[in-house]
Amino acid sequence: MSEPTPSSDEELPTPVVQNRRWIPRLVWAVPVVAALIGISLLVRNWANAGPRITISFLSVEGVQVGKTLVKYRDVTVGRVSAVDLSADHQAVLVSANLSKDAASLLKADTQFWIVRPRIGVGTVSGLETLLSGVYIGMETGVATRRERQFVGLENPPALAHGPHGRELQLQAARAGSLAIGAPVYFRQFQVGRVIDENLLPDGNTRVTVFVDAPYDSFVKPVTRFWNASGVDVRLGADGLNVKTESFAAVLVGGVAFDDGPIETLPAAAGIAGDFSLYKSETEAMAPPDGDPRYVRMRFAQALRGLEVGAPVEFVGVNIGSVVAVDLGYERKDNSFPVIVTAKVYPRRMGQAYEALAAQGKTESEATLATFVGTLVHRGLRAQPRSGSLLTGKLYIALDFLPASPRVAFDASLQPLELPTVNGSFQELEASIGALVKKVNDLPLGQITADLHTDLKDLHETMSEIHTRVLPNAADTLSALHRTLDSANRTLDVESPLQRGLTDTLSESRSTLQAVRELADYLDRHPDSLLRGRRPQKVPHTPAALSSDAKP
Amino acid sequence: MTPLRQSHELGLSLCRTCGLAVTRAARAADRRCPRCQSRIEQRTPFSTEMTLALLIAGIVFYIPANLLPVMHTSGLLGEEDSTILGGILEFWRAGDWDIALLIFIASVAVPFTKFIAIGLLLFTVRQNSQWQQHQRTVLYRIVEFIGYWSMLDVIVVALTAALMQFQVLGAAEPRGGIAFFCAVVVVTMLSALSFDPRLIWDRPA
Repeated sequence: MSEPTPSSDEELPTPVVQNRRWIPRLVWAVPVVAALIGISLLVRNWANAGPRITISFLSVEGVQVGKTLVKYRDVTVGRVSAVDLSADHQAVLVSANLSKDAASLLKADTQFWIVRPRIGVGTVSGLETLLSGVYIGMETGVATRRERQFVGLENPPALAHGPHGRELQLQAARAGSLAIGAPVYFRQFQVGRVIDENLLPDGNTRVTVFVDAPYDSFVKPVTRFWNASGVDVRLGADGLNVKTESFAAVLVGGVAFDDGPIETLPAAAGIAGDFSLYKSETEAMAPPDGDPRYVRMRFAQALRGLEVGAPVEFVGVNIGSVVAVDLGYERKDNSFPVIVTAKVYPRRMGQAYEALAAQGKTESEATLATFVGTLVHRGLRAQPRSGSLLTGKLYIALDFLPASPRVAFDASLQPLELPTVNGSFQELEASIGALVKKVNDLPLGQITADLHTDLKDLHETMSEIHTRVLPNAADTLSALHRTLDSANRTLDVESPLQRGLTDTLSESRSTLQAVRELADYLDRHPDSLLRGRRPQKVPHTPAALSSDAKP
Repeated sequence: MTPLRQSHELGLSLCRTCGLAVTRAARAADRRCPRCQSRIEQRTPFSTEMTLALLIAGIVFYIPANLLPVMHTSGLLGEEDSTILGGILEFWRAGDWDIALLIFIASVAVPFTKFIAIGLLLFTVRQNSQWQQHQRTVLYRIVEFIGYWSMLDVIVVALTAALMQFQVLGAAEPRGGIAFFCAVVVVTMLSALSFDPRLIWDRPA
């Protein structure tokens, strides 16, 4: 660059020259810092990038790509990145990107489900998804193998996020109105819930319940479970008794448990095993019934009021129930006996059963039948009796009636056939009938006629008495009055007889006193009889008396 | 017509603060105005270098500004992270094309215009190009003018986050992306500022 020198150079001021120290090369730090920040973001993003998983669902209603979250214990761990149909169009494959820390949750048995609002009587869950849309719930598993492909659950598991406690299997003939999620009570305190119900191949129901810690320690080998659904209304001697576990249990059902009777502890029963689910608390707490035996009874009378399920009582103890009431036909006399089949639990006889078992009488059907035969010989009879006069319901009583006529007993019949007698109420009816008949048969007309004549005679007799006897009686009474009057006068205090008598009496009293004095004297001085009376020395002072007593 | 002469061809420099004309005698690096003590520079020193550095920084910042979410909204209808481009698309789909256009211009068109314009200016200055000197000066003025309009996005987010605080019903929070976007705007403005438009008119020696 050429330097032209203008003429006016001298007139112009010369700029002050300073040494430049600051070199603005530092500006290059700006893009470097920017690049560093960008790179660090990239690195962090890459480091945080978690696994990508695929979950197959049958339906993905409400799932949105890029919006639906994957949550574990309500913490967002991922986001749905794609929703595709499976190759066979039978399922929907949901792809999700999870965060890096969620990778350790992905086990082979990790479960995924879509959380939707679920409203039950006992619980309301997933309500927040009504507005925010569904999300995918996740529950980690225990397997050691890692997995990236999962099959999603259509319903959320009853037990998410592993609460501590114990899972128990209950066996029941029928589950009643139990629903999944129904509460489990221990002494009316909710300690768990029903988590599963299955129908077993044998037709029984298996109910899986979960008892939360620390209440699971209440479950012991002796624990009995029963169905706590509904209301237990009982009218007893102490009044009306309504019992229920909770209002929720009335609606959705529930299971309750408590310690059973201690003496029924089965030897070496493990808690791991199954429990029975009884129909009611009473049934649960009763000692085990054992196997039922069936008996048949043939009644020659109408049994109105005997229903299936009516109790069978042995000497007042309920040992079974009626299972069938049928009408039979007897060819011999063209009669229609009522055939009652009952189921009897010998074990309900309690100690009696144990005593019999000890004697070996319950070993087999044959020995039992023989034993029943001896009982029948001693007068064991089945009798329908009225359980309640109000309702007219009947029950079957097995009782010893030694007065009943002898009958043959066939021990080989299966089921056993017990001899019967007619019901007591019916017998009462019959005897009242006989009485009424006798009353009917009385010759009431003749009796009335006889009574009439008798009464007429009585009337005549009475008028006789009236006209003749009574006037005489009046005379007699006036005579008696006079006699009594004179007697009264004689006995008066002022009468001479009375005065003389009084004088005589006082005279005799003084005489008697003299005699008593004499007797006393003789008693003290018997010698006076021989020596005569000594001169009397009467002591006058206590001093004289004491000096007298000294010698 | 006599060719226009540059001040240095006349051996003159001008104090840009007080307007004092001084000789261009000393070729030292740091000269001060004898009257107002302001720095006298023939051309802004390291102008192209600083402009280029800040331009690169702006471009680098622009990447996370678009990738990261700028705002996080939560409410009864769920939570959402929105990026700049995602927000534009959402407005466009919702039918609010005018708002979408406004945001597009402020947050995409303007930064890109600045990147390209400053890049073009830098390139031509490096090449000592004599091409369209007048137009390029106009371009520079435009870049200076539109620079701060990009702050619109930042202000929108700041206002939304400040006003939309209804706890459960709805809340908006700024996210990292907006800081990067703010950095883009600031850095590109500084970049434009550090460009000396006189360089456009310098003739190769």
